[in-house]
Amino acid sequence: MKKLLKGGRVIDPVNGIDGVHDVLLDGDRIELVGRDLPVDGATVVELPSDLVVCPGFIDMHVHLREPGQEHKETVATGVASAVAGGFTAVACMPNTVPVNDNANVTLLILAKAAEAALARVYPIGAVSKGSNGELLADMAELKQAGCVAVTDDGHPVKTALLLRRALEYAGMFGMPVIEHCEDQTLKGDGVAHEGFYAASLGLRGIPGAAEALGAERGVLLAELTGSAFHVAHMSARASLRAVRKGKEAGVRVTCEVAPHHFTLTDEALTAPIPYDTNVKMNPPLREAADRDAMLAGIADGSVDAIATDHAPHHYDEKHVEFDRAPFGIVGLETAVSLSLDRLVHSGLVRLPRLVELLSVNPARILGVQGGSLAPGERADITVLAPDLKVTIQASRLRSRSKNTPFDGWELRGGVAATIVGGRTVFVNPAARVAV
Amino acid sequence: MTTASDIERKPPVTSLRRKDLLGIADLSPDEIALVLDTAEAMKEVGTRPIKKVPALRGKTVVNLFFEPSTRTRTSFEIAEKRLSADTLNIAIGTSSVVKGETLADTALNLEAMSPDMIVLRHSSSGACHLLSRICRSAIINAGDGMHEHPTQALLDAFTIRERKKQLAGLKVTIIGDLLHSRVLRSNIQLLTKMGADVWVCGPPTLIPTDVRRFGVQATSIVDEAIVDADVIMLLRIQLERMEGAFFPSQREYFRVFGMTESRLRLAKPDVMIMHPGPMNRGVEIASEVADGPYSVILDQVANGVAVRMAVLYLLSGGAENEEAA
Repeated sequence: MKKLLKGGRVIDPVNGIDGVHDVLLDGDRIELVGRDLPVDGATVVELPSDLVVCPGFIDMHVHLREPGQEHKETVATGVASAVAGGFTAVACMPNTVPVNDNANVTLLILAKAAEAALARVYPIGAVSKGSNGELLADMAELKQAGCVAVTDDGHPVKTALLLRRALEYAGMFGMPVIEHCEDQTLKGDGVAHEGFYAASLGLRGIPGAAEALGAERGVLLAELTGSAFHVAHMSARASLRAVRKGKEAGVRVTCEVAPHHFTLTDEALTAPIPYDTNVKMNPPLREAADRDAMLAGIADGSVDAIATDHAPHHYDEKHVEFDRAPFGIVGLETAVSLSLDRLVHSGLVRLPRLVELLSVNPARILGVQGGSLAPGERADITVLAPDLKVTIQASRLRSRSKNTPFDGWELRGGVAATIVGGRTVFVNPAARVAV
Repeated sequence: MTTASDIERKPPVTSLRRKDLLGIADLSPDEIALVLDTAEAMKEVGTRPIKKVPALRGKTVVNLFFEPSTRTRTSFEIAEKRLSADTLNIAIGTSSVVKGETLADTALNLEAMSPDMIVLRHSSSGACHLLSRICRSAIINAGDGMHEHPTQALLDAFTIRERKKQLAGLKVTIIGDLLHSRVLRSNIQLLTKMGADVWVCGPPTLIPTDVRRFGVQATSIVDEAIVDADVIMLLRIQLERMEGAFFPSQREYFRVFGMTESRLRLAKPDVMIMHPGPMNRGVEIASEVADGPYSVILDQVANGVAVRMAVLYLLSGGAENEEAA
């Protein structure tokens, strides 16, 4: 069965397309993109020209919490949240219970994802068994079961030696090592960015240098091994400096930034709600100079991807003293609106660059399909309504958890529809389109 | 007949028009002055043969202490009793909380018994803010983590004002573990609001990030900090900080920062020596200074009761409340 998306602005940077085009889908594949394509028996979907049709967005850093922490999120609720946020695919972190360090866990996640049949799910395996930094996980097994990368996310890989081995060994399978960069001794028992606001609130600090040390270590070892190293949820300007230096030297290093790190600063610790546990995440919200550096990196191309670090936590877990609350916020359903509002409408980047950050580059880094609307590609499509007025309502999120600091925020730009494998899996009623 | 001067004259501020006392950060200079003025009247109550007034009769005050405290808890309890409140002390080891109930649940259970005020001491910064969001009762911060200890700063200010008449223009030097100190954070808020010239001094390892943004001078050179000081306030050096490599040894700390009689000569001749306690003699302060003629350390303790009476009274509505009754 064919479907013709007619009249939207198609942005497909890989194929050099940006303009009003039609997109013809044949079943789960893209058949053709072009101007005024003949209907030829296809079901026609008329799109207003202010909607943007682009290759499906891929969130390469998501915690789906299943198995083991289903009170926070399940694969099913996580992918429902993903498609509502415009993501056609997510890569999920291995810090489940038990850790995704073997094929059984990977296959369980994939089975749950197939059952939910919404966004695609790319499991990411552990670097080390149990993510405890001692022995390498069975990476061939993980790769065969469907993992696309490895990480010990939540913690950095324990030693430089183990990270070196992981880079060498995972490189054999073409899998990047994704690193939560952080020197654990400098982090100590810190709970917020080490700066004026943490000092005035009496919160223990985590300096930006803790992250940058991890980034520097990774870049050096990527250079040593020739393998691909990816800096997760980068937040500190000194980390960006390390990544830039690495890229200039030809090292295979890439990095991602989360929307909260390009939107908020550590001032959010004091206002509007002092000690709000929904602004507690790791890495922490940094000072303005760091936030501005992330924006500059996004603008100049040093930052490769936007990823949410979607980290659902139950209300009960967050409704405690600040220093006892777990780190993390949900992000799947706020990322696109924050990106459009803060990056595109602010004039920092144009839409094609945003599509690179959210689709093209994540696909390239993970080595998965997607990021392109070329004929024969899977019909994974995100339809944006860049001028839609969006009010974020925590209580209405599809995610099982509601831990967001953006409740009540009014933003310009949102998702109109999400199509996975030719099938429309989400339509935003506010966008008034029938896809 | 109402005259123009009557209209221009502001009605006297007779209560803290706020539900809670979470920190000095929230208080205006007028409110601080009101607490200090009220404390003067309260101090007189403590000199009477019958040390009791009926201001808080029928009010229930819960002293909820999650950290060990002798001085502060006792001081609050005496203050509450002198105001005729019904008081209840709950001391909970932090360890038992780890096993069971959350702070929010503990607070809600107490709330169900309708206390009027909860005096909270807790090891987590911001614990009082959490309670203030979920409780109808007035929350009084008796020390939250490394954040604030507002009644300590108020009693320190009261003690300084008693001797020096005013706070504005005084050079006040605070020396010690600045990083982990809630007393420091409350004191620099209060003293800068009241126009004092505040200096802080300690090893760089124990100075908070960006401390100058609080409007204070910061140095690690102790002589520079204490020269011509009107007030020197010493903060406790917790001995376990050596394990975090904040400083090498007590001996070395005393050598560099310890307050000795010879060092004191750099300060003003009528300098006041203060310490919020508990003291480590021979670490941050030499015994001859602690017990010497410049020391007002025990005056601070005595004034604590009067200042806490003032805070309890003003938060419960102060004179406005009594008029209504």
